[in-house]
Amino acid sequence: MTDTLSTERPAALSAEIVEPSPGTLLRRRIFGHAGFMIGAIVLGVIFFMAIFAPLISPGDPYDQVLARKLIPPIWHDSAKATWEHPLGTDHLGRDYLTRLIYGARISLLIGFAAMLISGVIGTALGVLAGYFGGRVDMVVTFIITTRLAMPVILVALAVVSLLGSSLNMVIWVLGLLIWDRFAVVMRSAAQQVRNLDFVTSAQAVGCSTTRIVFAEIMPNIANSLIVIATIEMAHAILLEAALSFLGLGVQPPEPSWGLMIAEAKGMMFFDSWLIAIPGTALFALVLAINLLGDGLRDVTAPENRN
Amino acid sequence: MLIYAVKRFGVAILVALTVSILSFSMIYVSGDPAIALAGEGASQEDIENVRRVYGFDRPIVVQYLDWLWNALHGNLGHSNYLKSDVASVIFERLPTTMLLGACALGFALVLAIPLGVVAAIRANSLIDRIALTIAVVGQAMPSFWFALTMILWFSITWRLLPITGTDSWLNFIMPSIALGYYVTPAVMRLTRAGMLDVLSSDYIRTARAKGLRPMTVLFKHALRNAIIPVVSLAAVQFGFMLGGSIVIETIFAINGLGFLAWESLQRADLPMVQAIVLVLAVFYTFLTFFADMLNAFLDPRIRVA
Repeated sequence: MTDTLSTERPAALSAEIVEPSPGTLLRRRIFGHAGFMIGAIVLGVIFFMAIFAPLISPGDPYDQVLARKLIPPIWHDSAKATWEHPLGTDHLGRDYLTRLIYGARISLLIGFAAMLISGVIGTALGVLAGYFGGRVDMVVTFIITTRLAMPVILVALAVVSLLGSSLNMVIWVLGLLIWDRFAVVMRSAAQQVRNLDFVTSAQAVGCSTTRIVFAEIMPNIANSLIVIATIEMAHAILLEAALSFLGLGVQPPEPSWGLMIAEAKGMMFFDSWLIAIPGTALFALVLAINLLGDGLRDVTAPENRN
Repeated sequence: MLIYAVKRFGVAILVALTVSILSFSMIYVSGDPAIALAGEGASQEDIENVRRVYGFDRPIVVQYLDWLWNALHGNLGHSNYLKSDVASVIFERLPTTMLLGACALGFALVLAIPLGVVAAIRANSLIDRIALTIAVVGQAMPSFWFALTMILWFSITWRLLPITGTDSWLNFIMPSIALGYYVTPAVMRLTRAGMLDVLSSDYIRTARAKGLRPMTVLFKHALRNAIIPVVSLAAVQFGFMLGGSIVIETIFAINGLGFLAWESLQRADLPMVQAIVLVLAVFYTFLTFFADMLNAFLDPRIRVA
């Protein structure tokens, strides 16, 4: 950033002073941020895979051909490797690339939906506590403390095993469990904004509380909200994978990446690519979301860079 | 200090009580527990019988108070599957998980604090970039996949470490790394931020102006203050790790609390699951309480709050 400014200032001064518009500056920051761009591109590719899964995948994710099971991926020195199955097949002869592509749908769906649910709960609680303070703050802080005391994975596993596991169940259980960070961050963000002059003047003119919260507070804490949203989406995706890995998340034959690793666990000593491929996909997705989140924080709030 | 301690303790007790209500209500989440216990094909009479014997016919409040009273006396219920006292099984397994958690936390701190300090001293340098990259990459790695990958390299390819069990300290290396690396980024970031903050303060400038050796300034003056927030973060993360050890213990077949929880879930041993949730939550609550007290002791500014 400092480099681009210092090289451009003299040129601008010698002619007439043309300040770049805020939009241009923002665009420059976005395209100049390597982490943000890498994250956006990887996430974009995975998103594209998820949306167009039926069009781009070579086969059917549920189609079992037992005669063609455990074909290694093409980069293996094996006579069995074939371009028909670029990433090989699993223990039931299902095309691994197809399952990987369909698995992106499950990860993204669960990550996004659980993030939305937890975001609504956490933001509501946090903003309430931060804006009103006093007793409301005490009660909300207590609720947050209680939630933090519950071990997430264990409670999620217990509830899912009691109520039966399905995609919807995993989404709701995770959504209802991981709102704590939203609440904590939104609370302190709202506390900082609530005493600023524009809020006081809105109160003085007689704006309703709803209006103040939605029109004055929310737009000013949206930056941190977006950053937390990316963190929690990544968190939800990792938790879903862990639940599925332990057998209490998404159920077979659905192609969840966590479940694919669990199914391949028994064969990993002979065919290690079976866990390497879905694991790498999971890692790439979560890394992309985290990079995007870090980038967003840098781009939208340059004062927080250090 | 005393008022702060009493207040904080009161909150801890309230949190523990709320958690106990939540974990008690787990029995009712899945429907009528008497029907579940009586099993398939039980007649109405059998169900009524089970209901009377287990006391499910009493008002819920009475049942809860009874359960709580027993829990306070160290009686966490009876496991229908293991046919034994839940508390004794839990306290037999707890030390293993504690040991694993301590090793994992130790690994995380030993890796993260030096990295954080170096990153702060050489802010925005190559080392700082590398440390940040480690943090971002570490947070994106699913712990179970990381564990399996480590097994592949260290146990299968190079045959250096045993895969399962708890026979020697070698068994704890991979589980501790798998459990601990997830904590590393948070500790590193906090250490770095704390060091940056402290290094720009007046007293450090004074110490440097006095001509103290750079190492003395760094470790005796700066790190001491920068490390204070890390204490409570470490406590919180230790609590999270105990809960998260369920995945790692299952992979490495470590006979701790997490593995017990997973086994109990598999065989629908509800009293055991309930008790484990309660024990972990109460432990976490009092752990954070003591961390806050330690923090207030170390940093007098906190006591006012």
